[in-house]
Amino acid sequence: MALKKEMQTGNRLRINEMIAENKNKKSMANIMEKIIPAILFILASITILTTLGILYTLLTEAIEFFKRVPIWEFFTTTELKPLSQNPKFGVLPLINGTIISTIIAMLIAGPIGLMSAIYLSEYASDKVRRVLKPLLEVLAGIPTIVYGFFAFTFVTPLIRSVWPEVEATNILSPGIVMGVMIIPMIASLSEDAMNSVPNAMREGSLAMGATKLETTFKVVIPAAFSGIIASFVLGISRAIGETMIVTIASGSSKNFTFDITQSMQTMTAYIVEVSGGEAAAGSTIYYSLYAVALTLFVFTLLMNLLARYVSRKFREEY
Amino acid sequence: MLSKLDQQQYTKRMNNRIRKNSVLQSVFFLSALFGLFVLAILIIRVVTQGFGWIDMDFLTGRLSTDPERAGIMGAILGTLWVMIVVIPVTMIVGVGTAIYLELYAKKGKFQASIQTNISNLAGVPSIVYGLLGLTVFVRLMDLGNVVLAGGLTLSLLVLPILIVAAQEAIRAVPSHLAEASYGMGATKWQTIQRVILPAALPSILTGSILSLSRAIGETAPLTVLGIPALLIPFPNGFFDTFTALPMQIYYWTLDSSLVAEYANLAAATIIVLLVLLFVLNSVAIFIRNKFQHRY
Repeated sequence: MALKKEMQTGNRLRINEMIAENKNKKSMANIMEKIIPAILFILASITILTTLGILYTLLTEAIEFFKRVPIWEFFTTTELKPLSQNPKFGVLPLINGTIISTIIAMLIAGPIGLMSAIYLSEYASDKVRRVLKPLLEVLAGIPTIVYGFFAFTFVTPLIRSVWPEVEATNILSPGIVMGVMIIPMIASLSEDAMNSVPNAMREGSLAMGATKLETTFKVVIPAAFSGIIASFVLGISRAIGETMIVTIASGSSKNFTFDITQSMQTMTAYIVEVSGGEAAAGSTIYYSLYAVALTLFVFTLLMNLLARYVSRKFREEY
Repeated sequence: MLSKLDQQQYTKRMNNRIRKNSVLQSVFFLSALFGLFVLAILIIRVVTQGFGWIDMDFLTGRLSTDPERAGIMGAILGTLWVMIVVIPVTMIVGVGTAIYLELYAKKGKFQASIQTNISNLAGVPSIVYGLLGLTVFVRLMDLGNVVLAGGLTLSLLVLPILIVAAQEAIRAVPSHLAEASYGMGATKWQTIQRVILPAALPSILTGSILSLSRAIGETAPLTVLGIPALLIPFPNGFFDTFTALPMQIYYWTLDSSLVAEYANLAAATIIVLLVLLFVLNSVAIFIRNKFQHRY
């Protein structure tokens, strides 16, 4: 009897100890429970800080620039001579170069990307798709500097061999290569959009006797239209922000021209040239960097917002 | 009843429609192949031009203006040092942000605004990140154009990619796992730490490697930071100046109009960079296939 009682008290003691220990552990866990969300919140706010940092640096330095060069002169004149005795800062040649290279790129990437998407989504068998899609993604994973090298050392000489008037640095070749680079992006986003069209709609069309082609153009593409347009807009945004291909292959001529055989500078290429060059901090040419970057930022931001707006607003719900 | 004439017309039209379909099917197929065709030309071109230049001296040598003696050890080390900065920074910040957004943040305006902000950041051109890095890391924090400044700039650049990948990975963990853990009396952080994160880890690693390979191929932000391609000593730490493989490719490509052999050196460096990217991506695919749980 006595022995049993002793064992019970012994057990109880041990249990008490265990409870105390557990409470201790719990309080540690409780502390972690309070600290961790705070730490995670700080980490999450880094992305906000990045945005604020971008806006702050671009705006403050650009405002400094616009104190020296009137904003209307910057956006309306076509002369850009940052290094001359009497420097001129008109951004239009850069905007022109950016738009022209983007148009060339989209003339390649738009149709070919969309047709690739049609093939992958509507025609390809599962087997073929499983091979083709990852291979196209490889194309998207190649660093842009490699495309720049390719444009400069291969595509430009190739174009010049059939069209000798094209200069050694020109906007045509990087535009084309940029288009190739954007193909996988448009193909995969458009394919996603077309894939999300319910099969019942296709089957309905096919059952009425339409061919696959008619089904694609009269049923699938209209239904996926918002997604396809969004993919195009994102492609445009990508082309506007692309830097290395145009920097290497299009040279640094700041002429305001529409001749695609000539060298033209884009906004991105100007930033590379000036920041890599001898622009001393505090000089007008240094501040012009930020004014151009701000313009570029606004361009791409508008495109991205537009893409999101299009895909939300015009989405067909099934 | 169709008359014979009608039937003939009908067959003709039908055949036309079918022919159109099959013709355009081949056109679509060819467009899908077009990208691959260019990819093949690009790779063949780079390999034929550069492969002969790759040897031990090239891989381990120092930079030189003499094409025969030039090596890219400095650029390789620079890229490796940048990776050492990018991996922990993006992993900690990216996964932390993803956990916060998926598991802690209340669904509401604030969470939605962070989410919108992240997708906007993903669309900001890389060169703008270069200017941010130049202003904040190089000038404001006075780091100069060192490994740390380059690594942090590239980290910010690829962060949105990793956050989105990590969010998807966390979302893919089925809720019954977490519920079982709560049911056993585990706290929220214990559940995250011991149940959700281990289950999401393979996908997170895959996303992390993919964002890393994006970071080491980037050139534009580095050009803005003013990363040199001079005969500088090898980087030995976070505060050393450095050059990286894409920068080396950039300078050699630009100067190939002066010295023709530089184009071959650029091609050889591209091969090294592409092999590095290929290895990284293979590891990512291996992890995805080998460790990813299917629930």
